Amino acid sequence: MIADFGYGVLVVTFIVTLYSIFAAIYGEQKKSAALVESARRAMLLTWPLLTLAAGILIYLLINNHFEVQFVYEVTSRSMPTYLKVTAWWGGQAGSLLFWSWLMSAFASLVTLRKWDRDREFLPWVIVVACVTLAFFVGMTIFFENPFKQLFQTVDGINPFTFQPANSILFTPQDGRGLNPLLRHPGMVIHPPMLYLGFVSFVIPYAFAMAALITGRTDDRWIRITRRWTLWAWLFLSAGLVLGSRWAYDVLGWGGFWGWDPVEIAAFMPWLTGTAFLHSVMIQEKRGMLKHWNMLLIIITYDLVIFGTFLTRSGVLSSVHAFAQSAIGPFFFLFIGLTLITSVALIIYRWDKLRSETEMTSMLSREALFLLNNLLFISILVVCFWGVIYPLISELFTGQKVTVGPPFYLRATGPLFAALIFLMGVAPLSAWGHSTLKTLGRAIWKPTVGAILITIALYLTYTHNLYAILGFFLIALVILVTIYEYWRGAYARQKAQGENVFVAFWNLTKRNRRRYGGYIIHLSISLMAIGILGINLFQTETQGTIGVNDSMHIAGYTMKYKDVASWDNAPAGVNYTRATVSIYGKDGTYLGDLHPRKDYYFDAQQPMTIPGQLASLKDEVYVILIDWQPINQAGTTFKIFVNPLINWMWIGSFLFLFGIIIAAWPDEDPERVAVRADKSLKQTSAAD
Amino acid sequence: MKKNLFITVLVFILASAFANIVFAQSTTPTDDDVNKIAKQLYCPVCESTPLDVCPTEACRQWRQTIRTMLTEGKSEAEIKQYFVTQYGVRVLNVPPNPWVTYFVPAVVILIGALLLFRGFQLWTKPRVAVPTAVKEDAEPVQQDEYLAKMEAELKRRK
Repeated sequence: MIADFGYGVLVVTFIVTLYSIFAAIYGEQKKSAALVESARRAMLLTWPLLTLAAGILIYLLINNHFEVQFVYEVTSRSMPTYLKVTAWWGGQAGSLLFWSWLMSAFASLVTLRKWDRDREFLPWVIVVACVTLAFFVGMTIFFENPFKQLFQTVDGINPFTFQPANSILFTPQDGRGLNPLLRHPGMVIHPPMLYLGFVSFVIPYAFAMAALITGRTDDRWIRITRRWTLWAWLFLSAGLVLGSRWAYDVLGWGGFWGWDPVEIAAFMPWLTGTAFLHSVMIQEKRGMLKHWNMLLIIITYDLVIFGTFLTRSGVLSSVHAFAQSAIGPFFFLFIGLTLITSVALIIYRWDKLRSETEMTSMLSREALFLLNNLLFISILVVCFWGVIYPLISELFTGQKVTVGPPFYLRATGPLFAALIFLMGVAPLSAWGHSTLKTLGRAIWKPTVGAILITIALYLTYTHNLYAILGFFLIALVILVTIYEYWRGAYARQKAQGENVFVAFWNLTKRNRRRYGGYIIHLSISLMAIGILGINLFQTETQGTIGVNDSMHIAGYTMKYKDVASWDNAPAGVNYTRATVSIYGKDGTYLGDLHPRKDYYFDAQQPMTIPGQLASLKDEVYVILIDWQPINQAGTTFKIFVNPLINWMWIGSFLFLFGIIIAAWPDEDPERVAVRADKSLKQTSAAD
Repeated sequence: MKKNLFITVLVFILASAFANIVFAQSTTPTDDDVNKIAKQLYCPVCESTPLDVCPTEACRQWRQTIRTMLTEGKSEAEIKQYFVTQYGVRVLNVPPNPWVTYFVPAVVILIGALLLFRGFQLWTKPRVAVPTAVKEDAEPVQQDEYLAKMEAELKRRK
C-alpha cells in the first residue's frame, strides 16, 4: 500500500514537472508573468514531492519491506540502519530517484534567486531544468520504478508496478543485501558527491540554453553561473577523489585508478568541465570563444547524462546488454535530442556569438588557455574512444575486445605532461599580449630552480627518463605557483605593512579565483607526484608462507605472525584477519599490519581490506589472498610498495580546499556599495 | 689419455645440460611469474578486473592453469594464445590490432590541433580597427590593475 503511494507521488511529480514546462513556454509566448510564475511555483513543488517519495522509499528500506523489489535487492536484515538509508543509491532504480531529488533541489534553489536583472532567462531555465527532471522522473515511472512489488502468479514470482489478476503479494524472509563493496564509508559518500557534481552542471547548461533562446548572448549567463560551475566542479572532483580512495582501500589491487569504463564515465564530464572553467575566463576578460563555451557546456551536460546512465547500467559490457536494457535506448535518444537541439541553437545564434576582440599573441594567456582546452578535449577523445571502442568492434566485426589501462596510460600520458607544462607557463603570461621575451623574463627563475631540483633527483632518486621529465614539470609548476604567490604577498607586505601570513590571507581573499586556482595547480602537482610514483616505481610480490616466515620486497621485510577467523552473526559477516610485522632495511621494526578479508553471507561476496603502512616516501600495502584455516601453514599474501602514493592524497585534500577557496561566494557588490555609501555619509556627518 | 679426457669432458657437459633441462622442467613457477601473465588477461565474466587480482573461483582456476602451463615450460606468448583460442581476444588487456585503437583518437586530436593552429593564424592576423583591449567592464581588469599596482610597488622598493 505504502509502495503504491510512493509510486503515486512519483506520477504526480511527473505531471507537475510537465505542467511547469508547458506553463513556462506558454507564459513566455503570451508574455504572461502570472503563467511563468505559476511554472516557477510548480517547479518549486517538485522538491517536496520528490522528498516525500524519497522518504517513503527510505521508510521501506529501513523497515525491511522485502516485498518491494528494490528493497529486496539492496538491503538485508543484518545491515545497520545507516547502510539501509544509503542503499537508496545502491541500485539503479534508487539512483535515478536520488538524481531526480537532487535535480529538483538544485532547480528549486536556482529559481529562488533574485531574477530582477535576468527576468528573460527565467522561463527557459525552468524549461531546461524541468525537461531534464521530467526525463529522470519519467525513467523511474516507466522503466525503473523503485516501488515495484513482488507478486506470485502462475508464472512464478515477478516484480510488478500494479498487482496482476490472480496474484498474491510475495514477501521474502530476507533481502539479498547491499554489495559489500558499496558498504565502505568512501562508497557511501562517493555516489552522492558524484551526483551532486553531475546535477549542478545542469544549471550552467540551463542558463546557456536560456541565453541562446533569448538571444542575450553576452557573458551574463556565465557570470550568473560562475559559482554554480565551480561548486559543480568541486562536487565532481570530490566524487572522483573519494572514488579513488575507495578503490585503493577496498578493491585490493594496490592502485586507485583502473581505467574502468565507469570511472572514465565520471571523469569525462570533469575534463570538459575543467576546460570550460578555463575557457569562460577568456570570454569574461576578452569577449572571445562564445561559441566554444556554449559547445563545452553542452558536451558537459550530455556527458553528465551519459555518465549517470553508465554508472549503474553496466551496458558497456556488451552491445547486447545495451539492447536488452530498457532505459538504454531512451537515454541515448535523450542525449541525441538535447545535443542536436543545443547545437542547432548555437548555429541559429552564430552571428550573435561572434568574438568582441581578436587574439593578439600566440603566447598570450588566452592562447595558452585555448591550448589547455585542446589538451583536455584530446584526453576526452582518448577516453571516449577507449570506452566505446569495444562496442564499435563488436558491432562491426562481431569481435569483443578489451581496452585496458596500457592504452589509456600510453595515450594520455604525453597529454597530461603537456597540461602540467602549461600549468607552469600560463600563469606567467599576460592577458591580451605576451611575447617570448616577457614570458622568458618571468619564467627563467622557476625554470632554473626546477632544473636544479631535477638534477638533485637524478643524482639521488631515479635515472628513469619519464620520471625525470615528470619531476621537472612538477617542480616547474610548484615553483611558478610559489613564486607568483610570494610576489603578491611581498608586495602586500611592503605596501600595507602586513606580516607574511596576513599578506597571504588578504591576497587570497582579495582575488579568490586567481589564488584558489594557484592552490589547485599546486595540489595537482602534488597529486602528479603520487601518480608518477605508483605508475613508474610500484613493486609487488606474492607468496605463500608459514607463521614466522618472511617475505622481502623493496628493502622491506614482512614477517607473518598469525591469522584468525571469526563470525559476526548479527552483522552477517565472517572476518579473517592476519597480523604481520613490517621491518625496514636495517631490520628496524616499523609496525604491525592487519590485512583482512570480510565475507558477507547475504551477498555471498568477499571484501578485501589491505593493511597499510604509510609514509611520505612510500606505502607498504599488504593484502591477504588465501589462508589455511586449520594449521596456518600456508597463508598467501600479496605485498605492494607504492612509492610517493601519499602525495596523491595530500594533493587531493589541498585540491578540494583550493576549489572551496575559489568557489567561496563574494559579497554582493550592491551590498558592499550600500555599506560604503553609508560609511561615507557617516564620515561626512562626523566632519 | 687425451681421448679419455675428451670423453670425460663431453660426458660432463652433456650431463650438465641434461641436468639443466630436468631442473627447468621441475622448477615450480612463483606467484609473481603467474601474476606477470595474469595481469595482462581479463576473464570474460569479471568486468574490468585483471586476472591477477580477481578474487572469484573461476579466476583462481585460470591462474592455476597459467601455473600449470608455466610448469610445462610454455612461454608467455603461448599461454596468452591458449586463452585467446579458448575464450576469444577479449581476454587480452589490449585489442589485437592496437594501431586502430590509437589511430582514431590520434587523427581526431591532429584535426583539432590543426583547426586550433588555423584559428590562431586567423585571429592573430593584423586587421584595421580591431579593438584588442581587455574588456573594460570585466572584473579581471581590476585584478590586473591590482597586480600592476603590486608590480609598480615592487619596482619602486627595489
